[in-house]
Amino acid sequence: MNKTSLSRRALLAAGTAALAAPRLARADTSAPIRIGEINSYSAIPAFTLPYRNGWQLALEHVNAAGGVRGRTLEVISRDDAGKPQDAVRLAGELLESDKVDLLAGGFLSNVGLALSDFSAQKQVIYIAGEPLTDALVWQKGQKFCFRLRPSTYVQAAILVEEAAKLPAKRWVSVAPNYEYGQSAVKWFSELLKARRPDVEFVAAQWPALGHIDAGAVAEALASAKPDAIYNVTFGPDLTNFVRQGNTRGLFEGRSVVSLLTGEPEYLDPLGDETPPGWIVTGYPWASLDTPAHVAFRDAYQKKFNDYPRMGSVVGYSLIQAIAAGLSRAGGMTPDQLAGGFAGAAFETPFGQALFRPLDHQSTLGTFLGKTALRDGKGVMVDWRYVDGAAVMPPDAEVRKLRPGAG
Amino acid sequence: MAGTGQILIPLLTGLADAAGLFFVASGLTVIFGVTRVVNFAHGSLTMLGAYCGWSLISRLPPTPLGFALGALATMAILAVIGAGLEIGLLRRVYRAPELFQLLATFGVVLMAQDIVQWLWGVEDLALRRPPWLRAFVTLGGARFPRFDLVVIALFPLVFLLLWLLFTRTRWGRLVRAATEDREMVAALGVDQRLLFTSVFALGAALAGLGGVLMLPDASANLGMDLTTVTDAFVVVVVGGLGSLPGAALASLLIGLLQAFGIMLVPRATLALVFVVMAVVLVLRPNGLLGRPPGRDGGGGEARALVRPAPAVLRRFGLAVLVLAALAPLFLGPYALAVGTEMLIAMLFAASLHFMMGPGGMASFGHAAWFGIGAYASAFAVHLLAAPMPLGLLLAPLAAGATAALFGAFVVRLSGVYLAMLTLAFAQIVWAIAFQWVDLTGGDNGILGVWPARWAAGPRGFYWLALALAVAGTLGLRVILAAPFGHALRGARDSRRRAEAIGLPVTAIQLAAFALSGAQAGLAGGLYAYAKGSVFPTYISLGHSVDALLMVLLGGVATMSGPIVGALAYTGLYDVLLSATSLWRLVLGAAIIVLVLAAPEGIAGGALKLWQRVRPA
Repeated sequence: MNKTSLSRRALLAAGTAALAAPRLARADTSAPIRIGEINSYSAIPAFTLPYRNGWQLALEHVNAAGGVRGRTLEVISRDDAGKPQDAVRLAGELLESDKVDLLAGGFLSNVGLALSDFSAQKQVIYIAGEPLTDALVWQKGQKFCFRLRPSTYVQAAILVEEAAKLPAKRWVSVAPNYEYGQSAVKWFSELLKARRPDVEFVAAQWPALGHIDAGAVAEALASAKPDAIYNVTFGPDLTNFVRQGNTRGLFEGRSVVSLLTGEPEYLDPLGDETPPGWIVTGYPWASLDTPAHVAFRDAYQKKFNDYPRMGSVVGYSLIQAIAAGLSRAGGMTPDQLAGGFAGAAFETPFGQALFRPLDHQSTLGTFLGKTALRDGKGVMVDWRYVDGAAVMPPDAEVRKLRPGAG
Repeated sequence: MAGTGQILIPLLTGLADAAGLFFVASGLTVIFGVTRVVNFAHGSLTMLGAYCGWSLISRLPPTPLGFALGALATMAILAVIGAGLEIGLLRRVYRAPELFQLLATFGVVLMAQDIVQWLWGVEDLALRRPPWLRAFVTLGGARFPRFDLVVIALFPLVFLLLWLLFTRTRWGRLVRAATEDREMVAALGVDQRLLFTSVFALGAALAGLGGVLMLPDASANLGMDLTTVTDAFVVVVVGGLGSLPGAALASLLIGLLQAFGIMLVPRATLALVFVVMAVVLVLRPNGLLGRPPGRDGGGGEARALVRPAPAVLRRFGLAVLVLAALAPLFLGPYALAVGTEMLIAMLFAASLHFMMGPGGMASFGHAAWFGIGAYASAFAVHLLAAPMPLGLLLAPLAAGATAALFGAFVVRLSGVYLAMLTLAFAQIVWAIAFQWVDLTGGDNGILGVWPARWAAGPRGFYWLALALAVAGTLGLRVILAAPFGHALRGARDSRRRAEAIGLPVTAIQLAAFALSGAQAGLAGGLYAYAKGSVFPTYISLGHSVDALLMVLLGGVATMSGPIVGALAYTGLYDVLLSATSLWRLVLGAAIIVLVLAAPEGIAGGALKLWQRVRPA
């Protein structure tokens, strides 16, 4: 970290930096293109450390292949400590002291939204990796922000594909008590009821994130006598919920549909208690044998001596997406870059995806499958890839959802 | 028999929760009762217990005996860690001002997070459950985990053992005597150091037990330190500080309310325990079974008079102010943005110092007023389309008015109870901001709160922040030098004497509370415009702790403490966050070093040095 000299240079250059747009000042075509990357490294390490491995691997690959338009890519990474207010301050530092050409990253939805608002204000491109909130590309969508991962809406819509086929009529839901959990339940129940008017949601539990009272939650859900359960909890809450549910027999004779549970970050801690037969979205890293994924998995395992997690795929694809957008742009002004990213197609371990010009959401999809137990470990089986584009609402509706179009 | 099951199962679930709460809280209450240390690191000890327990029990045979041995070994390890913590750190800061030890334990919290992550990795560690841990009993047609029955049985057992220890042994008698009157026990020749170390070891062992017993139902994970410690504090305060039966009763109350509460009002999860705590403290200002403090602040230690700053310091301050005002001429936009944040932090810390130092009312929930100010400005922009000056005016008004209303309950309390009631209020405000998505946007916050065009540039906004923050901070100093300030300090030092000379103590404290809230609200309003957005994180416990750290770090007994502390803490945090991925380890270590080097805070230490050079 060359922190001191950077800030000193920033101090010296201060007078001019205020006036000239720093991104334009560096017309030097041989200098690396700088990406300012911000994520919740200390607050959410289980996701962000594999994610960092992912983008480091992609960076190596892109630069080994000659970089973008003859320039190498450089990533300057910062930890936002899980706080949107810190993310905004760090974005300012990256932009003004480190002279980055664009911003990227984010895990938490509020950090993503704060960075997007900042990017609109400062007219700089921001590529969101993980933040799932629909608001990022719809209600608060704006010209300079693009998002990689399928949104809460898409994830819920993918699950509804299978949930609608179940005979279950009485549903209950359990979701963490914040915006993500609330919209995940809202979309799921709306979309499911549209397909199946005979379905009703008879109870809902809203545990505090990271603080579930799992025994009581399991009891409350069971007392509603449901046919099926829709789960949105993840991480330590999920482990806790599954253990109480298993012991108390909550899942026996009931269908369970569960958001993100097939991702190794959340599936692995369940170990030999993974309940079989749950319908989940996730990432079957061990059994996905497409050439693109095998190449990615081999390279990843060779470099880090560990298997890839969902975060690794997000980090890897993020850099690939940025490289594709940059090479498609006519120049480095924010407008040219925005034009380059809108419609840019890029390679990911899951196959090709592109940023929709309509709402700047990428078409990266996710895997829909079932949980199973193999050798005392949870795995995803019977999976299929669902492309993000396949479950999006009609374009006219998206335009209505995205008032600040562009 | 379905009816029995419907009541019995939630009842047992609540009892199991209560037992879990009690193991952790009993350790905390014992430590507080004797040493008066608000041990913020108690959750970290629980987390360490869970991780150590996982490592040990995974290697032992998967039998009940193996589990029990693992649990006992974990308790022994934690006892050693607790004793080490006491000897190495806390023993050295007992003489520091009240709550200063909190700063030291917070340093431990930060360091523990990085150390645990380094030792055990980032993934949640769930203990593999052998069949006996998965077994269940069937009651009234419903299944209940058998292990949870064991936990429930351990609750009265541990309570009984502790009760015997405290009432039937010589050590217990000494501990109780020390809880009643530390000085008297010391005067009678009891080796306090050994007593305190052993109490800390016992408390840490109980925290370890709590951590181990969480393993079969949950996992060891990196977030459990903060979730456990807040719950444990609530239990300890509701029960009455230092009271073991109180902690047991409060655990039962909260465990059962949670189990039945989420069936009746599923959305209440975020605020439930804090509502319970607020209600209990309003009805019983010393908790359920707590006793009023032995000495009613009757004639506590005499504190040095606050005099106007010496001429040298004034000149120095003026020079710094002039330099700060000229800064935009030679600093870039990012440096100015950081400067703006520091100014806001200074006002925020000064507002807390006002009620905490001269007012004698420490707050664990000061971010509530900051957040109310920030949201008031955001609502002004979005709902009223109000111009920025109006938004900035509404911020202190809204915060001050709420503080005045709520303060009526707060100022009846004192010490840690008072601090915890402010925490309860802050958590309730936070839950509203977090949960009421239609109004506040929930955790996604309110965006687009950008300043008016005349102050939109980094320079303009910096000058605006400088003017308001300096005016606010100096205003508080002027008030403290005025008769009101003297009356406030008089009320702090001796409530009875202050009342005897005719001072309306409650009204004075309430006014100070509201004023402090209003200034914090102004800081929040400024922050909203500086960041362009408002989030529930502004009201979070972490942000309240930030304010507390700034004041304690600077020195609660000096007038310039909060200013120095705010600049030092935000500066240190900003630099470390960008510079190293181990920022928590380094920041925690830095806090601990500062605590040991300057137990009066930075400004307090500087003052001491100054007095040594030039006696007053």
